[in-house]
Amino acid sequence: MTAPSGLSRVTRWLRRNLVVIAGLTTLGYLMLPNVIVTVFSFNKPNGRFNYEWQRFSTDAWTDPCGVADLCGSLSLSLQIAVWATLGSTVLGTMIAFALARYRFRARSSVSTLLFLPMAMPEVVMAASLATLFLNMGVTFGFWTILIAHIMFCLSFVVTAVKARVMSMDPRLEQAAQDLYATPLQTFLRVTLPIAAPGIAAGALLSFALSFDDFIITNFNAGSTVTFPMFVWGSAQRGTPVQINVIGTAMFVIAVLCVLVGQLAGGRRKRS
Amino acid sequence: MASPQATATDRPAPEAPPALRAAARRKKLVPYWLLLPGILWLLVFFAAPLVYQASTSVQTGSLEEGFEVTWHFATYWDAATEYYPQFLRSVGYAATATAGCLALGYPLAYLIALKAGRWRNLLMILVIAPFFTSFLIRTLAWKTILSDGGPVVSALNSLHVLGLTDALGITEGHRVLATPLAVVCGLTYNFLPFMILPLYTSLERIDPRLLEAAGDLYAKPITTFRKVTFPLSMPGVVAGTLLTFIPATGDYINAELLGSTDQKMIGNVIQSQFLRVLDYPTAAALSFILMAAILAMVTLYIRKSGTEDLV
Repeated sequence: MTAPSGLSRVTRWLRRNLVVIAGLTTLGYLMLPNVIVTVFSFNKPNGRFNYEWQRFSTDAWTDPCGVADLCGSLSLSLQIAVWATLGSTVLGTMIAFALARYRFRARSSVSTLLFLPMAMPEVVMAASLATLFLNMGVTFGFWTILIAHIMFCLSFVVTAVKARVMSMDPRLEQAAQDLYATPLQTFLRVTLPIAAPGIAAGALLSFALSFDDFIITNFNAGSTVTFPMFVWGSAQRGTPVQINVIGTAMFVIAVLCVLVGQLAGGRRKRS
Repeated sequence: MASPQATATDRPAPEAPPALRAAARRKKLVPYWLLLPGILWLLVFFAAPLVYQASTSVQTGSLEEGFEVTWHFATYWDAATEYYPQFLRSVGYAATATAGCLALGYPLAYLIALKAGRWRNLLMILVIAPFFTSFLIRTLAWKTILSDGGPVVSALNSLHVLGLTDALGITEGHRVLATPLAVVCGLTYNFLPFMILPLYTSLERIDPRLLEAAGDLYAKPITTFRKVTFPLSMPGVVAGTLLTFIPATGDYINAELLGSTDQKMIGNVIQSQFLRVLDYPTAAALSFILMAAILAMVTLYIRKSGTEDLV
């Protein structure tokens, strides 16, 4: 046996770690734009567009609302996201319980109606809903956006909550009733706490979907400007650095929340 | 006497007193009350608009005089013949992006599900984390990454890759921005998580003992992958490709931000017909053709991949 040459050792190492290398490359591809967004939040561009690196500056970070309408659109988006989350979570949880717990007629039609919004290109839903509003003579604005957001978030909430309720042991509720809990007590003390992670997942998903939605909002907003609409418009008019500041801040806040949640969850498991 | 159990079943015994029977009837109505508000919402704001859209597509008229249903089916023909390049382009870009997502996403999903061990949670967070920055901002970042003087384009140029892709018609004039490559790159990037998550779910469910068994039976790693791992991950592949392909076909953001007028997709046409030209019948007809085309392709695909019960 001769010792393997350097080259063959390298190829062998490459072959053995191929999956790791490919996987981490993909992860890099996913993370790269976030890195760029963060780096360019410290840029001081020469023109109206923030696409080329000029020099380091913290101007945008010290004055995040320095661009007209930017923070207004951000607060509008947050408001819409909160109300859309609330609406779609309540309506979706009710549907999920009906589907998971009861037998009823028209079950398959209900499932189809819930599946279709998730399987349809957004632009089709957006144009149809806008057609309805136009025909009804409804003024586009806050309410039309909210209605549209609740509509497309609903199915995702149902999917998240239904999965959780289906996997719940029905004997727990029977046990509660055997111990003389009223139906309301059983629901509040047993059913709801067990379903809570599913409901929370559905709510989080709705919030993210609503906050970041562009296509449906684009068709149903009229002249109202949400945060994604502001970014879209700025791509034509000139991109202020503040957009990157807000993008970076959202990323950091969300990652911190996730990490804190993970740590808290880990500690609870240990104790 | 009715036993207490009678209330628990849907059908009370015939001799049940009227009060119990009424309670049972009320109980039967519970699911309908639970469904009512949400389903009504979907019927009014999702299903009814589609009907409206259908009627709009066969209307004629103008914004000033108003539109009227004239069963003008020629709109469909006109729209299809005028915009078939955009249709074909949308399907082509979306299919390429879906293939790219599968090629890029599979190794990462495999890594997280089967190899990551204690790094699994961290990698999962890293996959989801980019979501938290608005996707429009991230798409704009690609303008920086792919900019003409940027490191990516310079590297590709010095390796003579762009000369080759120019010849193939994927890029143009030794640049990447405003070419099909940029749009497909953006689509792939934007829908990658939708591919990774279902792939991860189905790979994570695989019993590692099956893979060990394949190895014990002298299967080479590549054979194990081909005969065991990949077939078992098929539900994730099907779900992931659908979740990527459907929204990518209707997308107009990447083509608008990263492409030029030569890369317009069908979503761009619908958007401009509806919001700028205000030609509602054409926009409606195009939406319906898009919807029908996607439904047909998806049905065919699900049949072919033989996982009807899984979707």
